[in-house]
Parts: sequence; structure tokens; C-alpha cells
Amino acid sequence: MARRLTPGRTILWILVAAAALISGVRYARGLGAVTRLSDRFPWGLWVGFDVLCGVALAAGGFTMAATVYVLHNERYRPLLRPAIVTGFLGYLLVIAALLVDLGRPYRIWHPLIMWNPHSVMFEVAWCVMLYTLVLALEFGIMVLERLGWTTLLSIARASLPPLVVAGVILSTLHQSSLGSLFLIVPGKLHPLWYTPLLPVLFFLSAVAVGPAMVTVEAALSARAFRRPLEFPLLADLGRAMAVVLTLYLGVRVVDLVLRDALSLATPRTVEGTLFWVEMAVGVILPLILLALPVALRPGTVVTAAALVVSGVVLNRLNVAITGMWAGSGATYVPSWMEVTVTLGIVSAGVLAYLWIAEHLPVFVERSEEYAGG
Amino acid sequence: MALTRRQFLHLAAASAVGVTVLSPTRPATARRRAAPAVGVLVDVARCVGCRSCEMACKRYHGFPERESSDLGPTAWTYIRVRPLRQPRSHLNLGDAGADRRTYKVQCMHCLEPACASACPVAALRKTPEGPVVYDASRCLGCRYCMLACPFQVPRFEWDRPLPRIQKCNLCAERLARGEPPACVEACPMRALQVGPREAILAEAARRIAESPDRYVPAIYGAEEAGGTSWLYVSDVPFEELGFPVVVREPLPAYTWKALGKVPTLVIVIGATLSALEFFLRRRINLNGGGH
Ligand code: SF4
Ligand code: SF4
Ligand code: SF4
Repeated sequence: MARRLTPGRTILWILVAAAALISGVRYARGLGAVTRLSDRFPWGLWVGFDVLCGVALAAGGFTMAATVYVLHNERYRPLLRPAIVTGFLGYLLVIAALLVDLGRPYRIWHPLIMWNPHSVMFEVAWCVMLYTLVLALEFGIMVLERLGWTTLLSIARASLPPLVVAGVILSTLHQSSLGSLFLIVPGKLHPLWYTPLLPVLFFLSAVAVGPAMVTVEAALSARAFRRPLEFPLLADLGRAMAVVLTLYLGVRVVDLVLRDALSLATPRTVEGTLFWVEMAVGVILPLILLALPVALRPGTVVTAAALVVSGVVLNRLNVAITGMWAGSGATYVPSWMEVTVTLGIVSAGVLAYLWIAEHLPVFVERSEEYAGG
Repeated sequence: MALTRRQFLHLAAASAVGVTVLSPTRPATARRRAAPAVGVLVDVARCVGCRSCEMACKRYHGFPERESSDLGPTAWTYIRVRPLRQPRSHLNLGDAGADRRTYKVQCMHCLEPACASACPVAALRKTPEGPVVYDASRCLGCRYCMLACPFQVPRFEWDRPLPRIQKCNLCAERLARGEPPACVEACPMRALQVGPREAILAEAARRIAESPDRYVPAIYGAEEAGGTSWLYVSDVPFEELGFPVVVREPLPAYTWKALGKVPTLVIVIGATLSALEFFLRRRINLNGGGH
């Protein structure tokens, strides 16, 4: 059944090709030729969506790895590998997006030798590089299994627990430091989003979106690969989501009240409206859905998870783009070329995921793995 | 391939720096305030808008000599024109210049620059002498410096395949030779004045004290973003002239509060997770690998 060129995949391939073409134009004629970015608005869709959301949506990898390898909660093992694959792909795509967005992409490695440890970006750079390495090793185990290289495999498996701990530390650090990036713009980011607690909020929402992404993916791959949905697991994930979301809501509200910013959340301003959409879609609705008795049905949990995912996307876009409109004195709306590159990068991710799911033991869990660790 | 001795020394130095900087202290820039750094005074009341400074900057740095209406990659400074709501007689032009004010805009050369603290590779750096300088050979083009700057100064070469950041460098090469910045030298009205920052601050305060009916009692840049090397005095309130309202606290401190917690976080999370992993594994093994 592998490598059928269905209409869906054709569209994905076209988007990838279009993104590649536009990137070509960017390398030939500069970022100004393809983006609407400007001196007053230097970061746009590629940072706001491709990087911030890309990293957040890859959070399933570290939350699942922590659950299975650190908390030894074996029940979740069937969900672990798909989450690691998505996490790994997510990071590779973030790097791909950076290679288009950076002015001098061939120097992406410079932070390795040119240090400014007072820079949040420096910390982000190191965390992304190290965590991609950790994910690559976790992913490598699947490749080794497929190739059947048993000696290497047992070495790799033995090194997993410390790797996972390192991965969790790295994730915590830079999920939150993506929020810290914006701590330096108190005068530019709208007070509905600017708070000293940005790193905490970014971290909490990443933890909430981890199980949400895993749920959405499980539902999608269940359909794509005609596998049964492991509902009891999903129900547990839903409960975990609800707990983290409640915590997030609490911190967010207390913070808004203490900073006296709640009065700004009137739907009469663009920012106020966006704030309410973000909170309703990403936090309030999913919490209601998960609290209702219908939460016992798979459809409800999957819907709630999809809402949480959209809510985190909205939040990151609000922080990086719409929340910066007023303070920067520039209105930025991405060009169609920026949107196409973003769609192309997402498409590449989906295609890669499909290929991996068909060729590597993602959904197969052999019992000897646990024995090896 | 073995490391050369030089590479080894580099690495050794880098790791030593790593150890010291990762300890939770304030950024090193905080100490710079004590150093005798340069300051430049812009007297908005004296400026007649002749653009001599703008042209001198372009000539000195080899940029095309066209008038600019904004900062740009080849416009490190420009003269901003602000119409006044209430006409006010101009110090040098009298009633002829009463309907507007003109003033010079450029990088403020913050004492604790947000741009330099933001840059992951230290391409931007505050020199002890005062200028905030840029090293294009390090820059990734991530544009975090542009986002971070509270005065919206750094410019980017949007139309180049391999762009650089561009901004006023306070004529660092000229200062090093003991010469004034090109723009300061060019001003016919002596609206620009360079000297040690302390002396320049005192001069600004003196002008305000001497003509309290003319100058507004504020020195822009004295405390903005923790203080800047460029300082402004004016006979029209700065808000009316469209100067950005900027927090008083040095901006690097905002991120540093979060960043300073990183080493503690690493240790605490690492220890907690390892302990959890160890005890939970032991419990499972004691229970015979069961549930
Ligand atoms: S004004 Fe902006 S660019 Fe200039 S030193 Fe300050 S932060 Fe940096
Ligand atoms: S664009 Fe260049 S100078 Fe600015 S922060 Fe990034 S690497 Fe540093
Ligand atoms: S100090 Fe030098 S670089 Fe800066 S505006 Fe003046 S002439 Fe231009």
C-alpha cells in the first residue's frame, strides 16, 4: 500500500514544491522580495508560526517520553513512538523554517562557538540543537530496529533514561524560553500578553498541548492507517489536559488581575477580541467539553484536543504577531508567499510522517524493548 | 585532525567563560556605567534642520547622499521634522521656525543595550568607550536585536540575499583616533556636542537650569532604557515631539531575571527526574516487574 499518490498527497507535494521555489527567490533576492517584514516588524509568520508553534506542537515528544521512561507509566507506550517521530520532525521543520528566515542561514551554527549567554536566543539555539540531537537518538532506535542491528540497539536502549531526562530538561528550558524571548519587549507587546510570567505560561501551555497533539495524531493515524483508537488511553490524556489547562487558566487569570490588565480584555479592541477568541478556543471550550459527561466519548476528547492545539497556535501568533501590531507602529500581515512557505513546511512534515509510519516500526511495540532498558 | 594550539586556547577560554557567565549574576554590561564613556548632547532647541549632520554621516560612511525620511541601511541618522500644535518661537530661527521642530535621530547607544543582550552571537557589543558596535561576520540575521531595541533603531538589508544589520556606530573609528563623530563636527549651530557622558549630562542640566523658561526640565536619555550615550534637551516636551516612551529599567534585566534561573532549573529538574525515575523503576522491579 506504500507510496500511493493520492490526491491529498499530490496537493502536499505541490505545496512543498511551491515553498521550495519561493525559498529560492528569497535566497536570490532577499527577504524583502517575498515577505512583508519590515524594520519595525522584523519577525512575522515564519517565527510566529513555524518556530514558536512548531516547537510547542512538538511537545508531545517530551511529555510522552517523561511519562513512559521517567514515570514508568507503561500504559502509554503505544503512544510514545508516534509522539517522538512528530517531535523529531517538528524540530527538523523548525530548523528548515529558520534556514529560510535567517538572514545568513549558513551561520546557523555560530551560537556553538560564538557565545552570548545573556541572550535568550542563545539559550534557545543551544536547546534546539541539543534537543534535536536527543530526539534523533530516540528516533534512531526505531531505525536500528528496522535495520536489525542488535548490538547498537542494546547500547542505545541502555542510554535511554539519561537521554530522556536530558530531553525533558532541554524541553522545559526552551519551551519556556520561547516565552522569555518576548520579555525584552515590555514597550511593544500588548499588556494582555506581556507579563513576566510569559516563560511560565509558555511552558504550561506546551505541557497541555503535548497530550493534545498526541490525541489528535492518534485520531488522524487511526483513520489513515485504519487502526483501532485506544480510547481508554485518550480518555486519560483528556484528563491530563484538563488538569494542566486548569492550572494554566488559573495562572493566566491571576496574572491578568494582578497586573490590572483584565480591563483591557474588552472585545471592543482588536487585541481584546483576539484575547477572548484565544481563551475561548484554547482553554474555556476544551475545559467545558472535558468536564461534560459526553467526555466519555472519543469524539469529544479529540475535539477538545483539537481546540487546545488551535488555542496554542492562536496564543503564539498573538504573542509574536497581532500583540505586536500596536506597539511597533506597523501593521504586518503575511504575504501569500510567506503563507505558502509555511504551508509547504507543514506539508513536508505530514509527508515525512506518512513515509516514516509506513517504513519504520512506529506503531509496533516489541516487548523486548522494555527488557533491554 | 588535531586541534591547533590556538584552537585549544579558544576552546579553553570559551568554556571558562561559560562557567563564569552561567553563574547567576547580572550581565557584565552593568559594570560599564562606571567607565568614562562618551556622551553626545542633541539640543533640539538649537537645531535648525539643515541636515548637515545627515550628509556628513553619509559622506563619511560612503552612503549615497540622498535626504532620508527614516533610518535605513544607508541612513544611520536622519532629521525628523515635527509640526507643533502650538507655535513656539525658535531659539535660532525666531518666528520663522516657530511652527515646527527638527531633531536628529540615530542609535541611542544605550548603556545597557537591549540589542547586544539579545544577540545570540554577540555580533552587537557595547565597547567600554561607549559605542555599540556591530560585527557583521558573526551575525546570523535572526533580527532579534531589531525586536529588542526599544528605540526601533537597527535596520536590515531586506533586499540583499545575505543581509546585514545596519545602524550608527557612533563613528567608533573616529572616536578611537580622538576625533569627534562626523555628524557632531558638521553641525553649524553647535546643536551637537560630544564629551565624557558625565560632563555632557552636566552640560544638559546646566542649559536647563540657566534658561528654565526655555527648556523643558527633562533630559531624554538620562534614564531611558537604563540610560543612553545620546542625550537630548528640548524646548518642547519630548512626548509632543514623538520621542518613544521607554521604560527606565535597563532592558537586559528583564530577560536576565528569567535567564538567571536557568542553572538552578537544570539542577532541580535534573535531580528530581533522575530520582523519580530511579525510585519508580525500583518499585516496579520490587513488585516483580508487574503493574
Ligand atoms: S538604541 Fe537600540 S540599537 Fe542602539 S544601542 Fe540601544 S538597543 Fe541597541
Ligand atoms: S540579527 Fe545579527 S546582530 Fe541582530 S541579534 Fe541576530 S545575530 Fe545578532
Ligand atoms: S555618530 Fe557617526 S555614524 Fe552615528 S550618526 Fe553621527 S556620523 Fe553617523
